[in-house]
Amino acid sequence: MLCDICNKNPATVHLTEIVDDQMSELHLCEECARKKSSQMESQFGLSDLLAGLADFEKPSEEKELSALKCPNCGLIYKDFKKIGRLGCGECYVTFKKFLTPLLKRIHGSGSHCGKCPVKISTGKQPRKKALDLQDLRCRLQKAIEDEAYEEAAKIRDQIKELQEKDASKGQP
Amino acid sequence: MNIVDLLQHTSEWLKGSGPNSDIVISSRIRFARNIDKAPFPHWASKKQSKQIAESIEDAAAKIEYLKKATVFKLVDLDAVDKQFLVERHLMSYEHAQKTDSKSVIIDDDEIISIMVNEEDHLRIQVMQSGFNLFEGYNIINKIDDCFAKEIAYAFSPEWGYLTACPTNTGTGMRGSVMLHLPALVMTRQINQVLAAIAKLSFATRGLYGEGTQATGNFFQISNQVSLGHSESEIIDNINGLIRQIIEQENQARELLLNQNRAMLEDKINRSFGILKSAHIITSQETTELMSLVRLGCDLGIVKEINRRAINELFIITQPAHLQKIENKKLSSAERDLKRAEIIRSRLNK
Repeated sequence: MLCDICNKNPATVHLTEIVDDQMSELHLCEECARKKSSQMESQFGLSDLLAGLADFEKPSEEKELSALKCPNCGLIYKDFKKIGRLGCGECYVTFKKFLTPLLKRIHGSGSHCGKCPVKISTGKQPRKKALDLQDLRCRLQKAIEDEAYEEAAKIRDQIKELQEKDASKGQP
Repeated sequence: MNIVDLLQHTSEWLKGSGPNSDIVISSRIRFARNIDKAPFPHWASKKQSKQIAESIEDAAAKIEYLKKATVFKLVDLDAVDKQFLVERHLMSYEHAQKTDSKSVIIDDDEIISIMVNEEDHLRIQVMQSGFNLFEGYNIINKIDDCFAKEIAYAFSPEWGYLTACPTNTGTGMRGSVMLHLPALVMTRQINQVLAAIAKLSFATRGLYGEGTQATGNFFQISNQVSLGHSESEIIDNINGLIRQIIEQENQARELLLNQNRAMLEDKINRSFGILKSAHIITSQETTELMSLVRLGCDLGIVKEINRRAINELFIITQPAHLQKIENKKLSSAERDLKRAEIIRSRLNK
């Protein structure tokens, strides 16, 4: 079988694309496959997709963001837009303002519930609180999913109480 | 352990055992983890990457579960070795691309493999044969806890485990199940199934993960969402979905048997016949024909060979495996000859 693009070399790469439930097949030689794959990558990279999700309605926000630089690793917003990856864990703090809506769009939820590391470098007190909150948020979500609204309201109040307590102590 | 030693045994995920192993080939759980404050692999300098790799390898050396594991540094491996590990699903295709300060830690049963400095500092994966995500989860959880005692992870109470790409943040967990769905393909129901899976925010990929196409009726299904649900909820969701797909595949198989038995037997036996007699065969044709023979095994139409033997053939006829067996570089045409020879000798025993 010859390559569908150049019609010269034997086809050794077989590509199946599924677009809107329609399957199409392409048989390519290695060289054309490489070209096609880099074409596809440049057309549609994950970085564009992520950056697109994070686009802002107000230009002022974008301006504010472009001035931010992660103090730990030096990544700036433009880098993230280009590569679609963050530079280090601290970037999540630096770029929190735009990551919050982005994570919500990707995952449909904005807060972690699940496993926590057994030991963290700064094993200070606020962790316990944070874990309680996390657990409650998890239970809240589950209750809403199960349509157990009475239970959900109770949990919501508990979260509120915990957050208010934290705020009054001046803790984040 | 040497790379060649791996040739001597069947990977755990290819054993053809475990729950629902007629339809589910394997179950895999992976955790993405990073070291607190350290730049992610793509953003780290050479020197930083080296330090990161060393600290992870040191940590791994202290872990009881990894006592029998071997560290393979990618700089020490040639192109065939790397492809060999990719074919065995012990590391990703992306990991094999650049080699600086990258390694893969593999336990001797090939159940656990840990990629160091892939997209994240640590990509821990556990593979199981059959439909078995929870068992895999129990194993990976323990290994993860051991690492957490040695390494401070990048973690935030609000967003969980912090990863280079925000699509993995949260649990950092991806559960994936490899399915063999020949009857759904034959009865042309597969596109509907795939569309439904996508709507439920699960991803479908080919045999070799990200960016690969589904060939020979093999599909890999995994969760997309990693934030906002706990690990067990995510696994429950995948399990629920997979159970439904298994049910549909079983119904489709039943339908084929009841309505088109002769056609099905003909197709399967012809495939078996070609495999037993071909002298030149590509890996794509092998995958497609093997898929049908595997179905024949499941339905009791093919009795001369069992699932495990098919799985084994399936892996040893991959390009890098053939070259490892022959211990030399083979061109594509030479591989097609060798592949046919191995298949003939195994099936005509």
